[in-house]
Amino acid sequence: MTMPFYVSPEQVMKDRADYARKGIARGRSLVALESADGIVIVAENPSRTLFKISEIYDRIAFAGVGKYNEFQMLKIAGVRHADLKGFNYSREDVTARSLANAYAQTLGQVFTHEMKPYEVEILVAQVGDDPEGDELFHILYDGTVMDEEGYTVLGGQAESIVEVLETRFQAGLATADAIRLGADVLSGADQQPLPAAQLEVAMLERAPTGRAFRRLRGDDLEALLAG
Amino acid sequence: MNDAALPSFGPSLDPGSSFVDLLRRVAPHSVSGESGTGGTVAPVDVTHGTTVLAIRYADGVVMAGDRRAVAGMTIASRRIEKVFPADDLSGIAIAGAAGPAVDMVRLFQVQLEHYEKIEGEGLSLEGKANQLSQLVKANLPAALQGFVVVPLFAGYDERRDHGRVFSFDVTGGKYEETDFSAHGSGGVHARNWIKASWTESLTGDEATALALRALFAAADEDAATGGPDLVRRIFPTVARIEATGFQALADEQIEQLADMLLGGREEGAGT
Repeated sequence: MTMPFYVSPEQVMKDRADYARKGIARGRSLVALESADGIVIVAENPSRTLFKISEIYDRIAFAGVGKYNEFQMLKIAGVRHADLKGFNYSREDVTARSLANAYAQTLGQVFTHEMKPYEVEILVAQVGDDPEGDELFHILYDGTVMDEEGYTVLGGQAESIVEVLETRFQAGLATADAIRLGADVLSGADQQPLPAAQLEVAMLERAPTGRAFRRLRGDDLEALLAG
Repeated sequence: MNDAALPSFGPSLDPGSSFVDLLRRVAPHSVSGESGTGGTVAPVDVTHGTTVLAIRYADGVVMAGDRRAVAGMTIASRRIEKVFPADDLSGIAIAGAAGPAVDMVRLFQVQLEHYEKIEGEGLSLEGKANQLSQLVKANLPAALQGFVVVPLFAGYDERRDHGRVFSFDVTGGKYEETDFSAHGSGGVHARNWIKASWTESLTGDEATALALRALFAAADEDAATGGPDLVRRIFPTVARIEATGFQALADEQIEQLADMLLGGREEGAGT
């Protein structure tokens, strides 16, 4: 007669967390920085079509690292959540905080109940009327939500990049400076900064009304990186 | 609908990039017109929007609408808006039952934006017009009860580099107009006025002036169409759509233009 194996809950959670972290560490990193003119998001991404950064709503953007199909699915769910809420209530009632909570719920559920946790880390950013109003929610594979100030880094190399940003980030950077800083820290120490072709850059502009999300690419991006 | 959780669907029920299908899954009764039972005609005088028009010119399209809404013989509103942006490069103008029409505009706007955000690129102008046609068609049960909505859709086609105008009938039939169109109770008068002076080479300013004059002419003949209200300073809504995007004209600009155009040929009809 065979006995089922007993595995302690601690071990199960630890194994799942290790699995998710390994998956995320294989991918490339992404940084989000608050600047004077809005929130700048810079990702290392050689693809022109498979985006890591997306628009969710008027003032809200989404970014993900890790497994593409998983964060893409979360992005679509986020757009649906936001559009439904905006349609049922009003456009002003759609907030990053409620969206971040919904993401945390879903990721937490999947982490504890499903066979396999999501191998993703995501960012929900919302631009405010002034830099104090900016919000950056960094959400982990297990549903942990962190409300970050100034900047946040997602992905496998996050720790080393945060160390660099701690000394180099200042509040009130100009857009071009923030993009250059992002490109610089993503490339790692002692390396050439990443060229425009290796980067995906988008920003949430501090505009009074309407859709704030804008992609920066091609010649515009080259010019900004060249300074 | 549960606000706290993310919407999720099995593969066979996934609404894809359509917001309308998403709404049908989570809140079926919110889709305008589909809850109509058909059969009996509504015994109530609902608010009706009246005359709207769209004119193509060399660089784009101008859309305009008067500001009156009527319920039976009563003026329900003097300041209703009937011309709305659908997205950056297209606009929608409504005639018919105002409640369901405004609802349809809201749904259509979200539908276009939703598609763009999920797919990463916007629909073609033809695609947008077909989407609107489906919304009008979905309103058919309500239309049979008397809540008719007939929108006018116009936009700048980036792939063909010119403006285009589409009109719709109650069943969702979509008809592309070559040059211009006008709908609503004063539509016939407006259309005739435009027909008399439309040319292929109209500039934006000329087309705008023609749109205003056509609306004034319609108001002159049709009681349900609001003319320029010189006491309250209420003038039509006008928007232009060119390659640079949808641009609603500022009130002062329309007022100035209207003042300039008043006292023209319409006076000849007066006694």
